[in-house]
Parts: sequence; C-alpha cells; structure tokens
Amino acid sequence: MSLFAIMVSTILVNNYIFARFLGICPFLGVSNKMETATGMGLAVTFVTTLASIITYIIQRNILDTLGLEYLQTIVFILVIASLVQFVELALKKISPGLYSAMGVFLPLITTNCMVLGVAILNIQEGFTLVQTATNAVGASLGFFLALILIAALREKMDIADIPEALAGFPITLIAAGLMSIAFSGFAGLV
Amino acid sequence: MKISTIFKNGIIKENPVLVQLIGMCSVLAITNTVENSLAMSAAVIAVLLLSNIVISSIRKLIPSKIRIPIFIVIIATFVTMVEMFMEAYAVDLYRSLGIFIPLIVVNCLILARAESFASKNGVFISAMDGLAMGLGYSIAIIALGTVREIFGSGSFLGMSLFGENFQAAAVFVSPAGAFILLGIIIGIFNVTIKNKATN
Repeated sequence: MSLFAIMVSTILVNNYIFARFLGICPFLGVSNKMETATGMGLAVTFVTTLASIITYIIQRNILDTLGLEYLQTIVFILVIASLVQFVELALKKISPGLYSAMGVFLPLITTNCMVLGVAILNIQEGFTLVQTATNAVGASLGFFLALILIAALREKMDIADIPEALAGFPITLIAAGLMSIAFSGFAGLV
Repeated sequence: MKISTIFKNGIIKENPVLVQLIGMCSVLAITNTVENSLAMSAAVIAVLLLSNIVISSIRKLIPSKIRIPIFIVIIATFVTMVEMFMEAYAVDLYRSLGIFIPLIVVNCLILARAESFASKNGVFISAMDGLAMGLGYSIAIIALGTVREIFGSGSFLGMSLFGENFQAAAVFVSPAGAFILLGIIIGIFNVTIKNKATN
C-alpha cells in the first residue's frame, strides 16, 4: 500500500475513533473543552508515533528473532508505559512550554487503547518501518480530528436544551454516532 | 463491607459501562453479535477475577511507587493466558474478537479495580468485587449485543428470528449504530434503574 493511501485511509476512511473504536475513553473523557482536546491530541500524536516505531523495532529485532512472539502484549504495554514516563520527564526538562500544553495528559495515555492498538495492528498488517510510522501519524491525526470535532460540538451542546436523561455522556455518544455516519461517506475513497 | 453492597455497586450504582463509562472501546466494538458479547464477558470476568485475587494477595509486598507497572504486568500476564487459551480452544471467537483480546490490558476497568479496590482489601472481598464489576460489564454488553444483533441481523445467537423476508437495519451493526444505541441505553438506564436505586 502506498504511503498516501495509508494516510487517507487512517484519517478518513478507517478513522480509529469512528470506524475501529480505539481510544474511546479519552475521546469521551477530555472532549468537553476545545483547549484540553487540543492538548490531548498533541500528546497522543507524539506518543503513538514514537511508540509504534519503538515497538516495531523491538518486535522485528528481538521478539521475532528469539521466537518470543507470545510475549508481545506484555512487552508492548511495558514499553509504552515506560515511554510515557520518559517523555514526561524529558519534556519537563527540555521544553517547559510544550510540557505545560500537554503534560497533564501524558499519564492518561498509558491506558489509551489506541497506542497499544496501533502498535499491534502495525505488526499484524506486516508493515515496513516507514509504513508503520505513516500509519501511526495518520491514526493520531484521525484521532485528533475526531477529538476536535466532538469538542467543538460539545461546547455548543452545553448551552442547548437537552432532555435531562440524555444530558452529558448519552447525547455525546449519539452525536458521535451521527458523526460516524458522516465519516462512513468516505468509504470507497481508497 | 457486605457482599450484597459490592454486587449492588458493581451492577447498578457504579456499573462500569453505564455509569462510569470506562472500557468503552471493547463495549462498542465487539457487541455486534450476542456470541461476541458473551465471549468478551467471559474473558473480562476471568482477567478481572484473577488479577484482583493476585493483586490483593500480594498487596502488602508491592512498593507503592511502582505499583502501577506491577499491576500492568500482572494484568498483561492473565490477558496473554486468556488469549492463548482462546486461540487453542475457540479459534473462531479468537478471530472475530481480534485485536480486542490483547487490548483487555488497557481496559481501564481492570486497572481501576486493581488500584481502587484490590490494593486496599482482602483476597475474598476483592474476588467478589471483581466478579460484581465483571457482571455489571457483562450485563451491559450482552444487552447491547442482543439489541444490535436482533435489529441489525434479525437473529439471536446466530439463529434467524424473522424468516427470510426480514429487512435488517444495517445501521445497528455499523459503528454509528453502536454509538447511538449505547447513548440511548444509558439514557434509559439513567431515568429508570439508577434513579430508583439512588432514591
């Protein structure tokens, strides 16, 4: 698959939120304000890309050569958890500005299933290193797009008159469903 | 704490899916059929029960600074065991659940119970909590799976219900249907069961 096709596919056609259901927790949890959504989007893009590249190298060079494929889940989640800690420490030291923009979201990313999901899918699809990096960037941009769209919608919904039973999460889920229908219009693009 | 309170909390008051909204990825993704919902329920209950038992029994040995990585390794071990077990004995289910089996590791529900319950309570009571939370999760995803399969494919557990002329509403098995239906189910849960339980 060409890199452009991977990019379009992960951002629009197979958007990780709307079509593959990965990363729903932060999608619902931090999408109430535009500002927090942007911070989370940035942090996820950074960590997912880095984690995909590192887990790919570990899988191909260590797990595959030693025949330890069954340790994939344990190794990947440990790599991601320590990577998140490391990125947090490094950012604090190197770039306090960037740290204040996305620092609080970093600890939350360990349990964002998109990071682990993308890392595992890269291996399952048999991507090369360049394709892996492209897929990770595309997946995170798709996540970013979904997060910003729903955050913009939720800011408007705060002042709308919504039935009491549906206020809060239920109406957000229904809005996400309608958005998912819109995104399914991209099917067949790639 | 009484066992009945634990079960009431897990199933109604703090239902992981309908009230706390955690672990949503698998809830939305695998509930397209009842069979998948049942398999996922069994996998989550097994991991939750085992990890709660192990974590509560070694809770006094775990240094508090590195407790989260330790919890994650314990959970990942059980998830790998469940994954290998399913691959060996139920290959079809293993294929249809796909990536969502390894992703049980990052299901916030399991880590949340380890952190907030099993690391502070005894073995028996933690096992009960794992069972109660697992049941709450299962009831929600089986309900969602039932509605989605009946309307989306016109069948229940693979058995056709309405004959050949039934026009299934494909939107219910699509991702969009999952989001909308879960929103409606949570809304109904809010006005009926939850309000009664809290009053």
